[in-house]
Amino acid sequence: MSAKKRRTATDDLLRGVWRENPVLVQLLGLCPALAVTNSVVNGLAMGIATLAVILCSNFLVSLFKHWIPDAIRISTYVLVVATFVTVVDLLLAMILPEVQKALGAFVYLIVVNCMILSRQEVFASKQPVGRSILDAAGTGLGFLIALLLMGSIREVIGSGTFLGFSLFGPSYQPWTVMILPPGGFFTIGFILLARNWLTARKDRRSATRRWPHDLSWERPAA
Amino acid sequence: MSGPDLPVTQDTPSIRLIGTLAAAGALAGLLIVMVHVWAQPRIQEHQARVLREAIQEVLASPAHTTALYLVDGALTDQLPAGADSLALERVFLGFDDSNRPVGVAIIGAKPGFQDVIRLIFGYDPASGQVLGMKILESKETPGLGDKIEKDSAFVAEFDGIDTPLLGVKPGAGRGRIGEVDMITGATISARTVIAIINDRVEAMAPLLEAYAGRVAARDRGN
Repeated sequence: MSAKKRRTATDDLLRGVWRENPVLVQLLGLCPALAVTNSVVNGLAMGIATLAVILCSNFLVSLFKHWIPDAIRISTYVLVVATFVTVVDLLLAMILPEVQKALGAFVYLIVVNCMILSRQEVFASKQPVGRSILDAAGTGLGFLIALLLMGSIREVIGSGTFLGFSLFGPSYQPWTVMILPPGGFFTIGFILLARNWLTARKDRRSATRRWPHDLSWERPAA
Repeated sequence: MSGPDLPVTQDTPSIRLIGTLAAAGALAGLLIVMVHVWAQPRIQEHQARVLREAIQEVLASPAHTTALYLVDGALTDQLPAGADSLALERVFLGFDDSNRPVGVAIIGAKPGFQDVIRLIFGYDPASGQVLGMKILESKETPGLGDKIEKDSAFVAEFDGIDTPLLGVKPGAGRGRIGEVDMITGATISARTVIAIINDRVEAMAPLLEAYAGRVAARDRGN
């Protein structure tokens, strides 16, 4: 693999994880991100379920892109996604029935997650299979990381536990609001704030590196 | 007068659109059916295990149990020929080591605050007491309504309590029969649990009495 191809592959994979994270940058898939992340397990299960669906559906859409007529592409994509969502739901009911019950209707709502449909429309329907899989893996991982982060913050503060294990002992008075719907909004707000602050700081530093302060000749004469 | 020349577009033939969607639908259906056939027995096996464990819990570990089916308004231990045992309403009769009945496990459900609450409780028809209660399914508010299953003091209220049950504010009981301390912040959920048990006892008690009469007559006939 040439250096250029390797760079492209790395970019396809990492783009969705941080720079274009579906939840933290594109603000897509916020409905499940807010609704199911009241515990780490729920966030993890939802993230893995979405990752599996986006991987399988991007693979199929990219593989059959030349056979899918333009006029029916969206309905075909929805059909593909709905199929994999049903399969994932059945597998969840078999392997993790308690988690499947806790996630409830949000597993079915993966069908209408615009994050998945957008990757199919924008990327998988135009690019080769390999790149589509890398793009799906990056986007799915980005979604998983965001949900895991939210689930961890909310469970630790809202229940005083991590993965069900008590962290602060029986004297800890949990902030129940954090595992209720308002807690989801507080958490996503703080994460977005932190991420934007980090990005802005990074941009400022690189701007400083590009334009040193001693360029006095640029200043207008007094 | 002639209008501007419009580009001539080549429409995809309808037959191709229909064929593509039909093929995609058929493949999707095939995949879903295959996974369903493979996963369903395992899902049912898990549900049966959960139910078995719940019966053991609410009847304080009986030596063995027998299912009674509600057929034509009467309870019977004989499953009618060709009937689906899962489709019929069932209660579970528990016996001790010397084959004496110890109680009946009854399942009930009603809408709670968020969604339907489904529970199982042990009932002793001889004394009219509830022997224990376990929530099977609930999506009540985390940290508030979910205390109906997580608050051990509330769950313990149902260990050996006379029916009909009567919900009272915590600490405001007047020593009446069947008083259950409700949960502050989860009044609707707690009230639903009590209503489910009272309704099911009211419906099942005469049926159980009639069944016991028939069994006694059958034993005398032998």
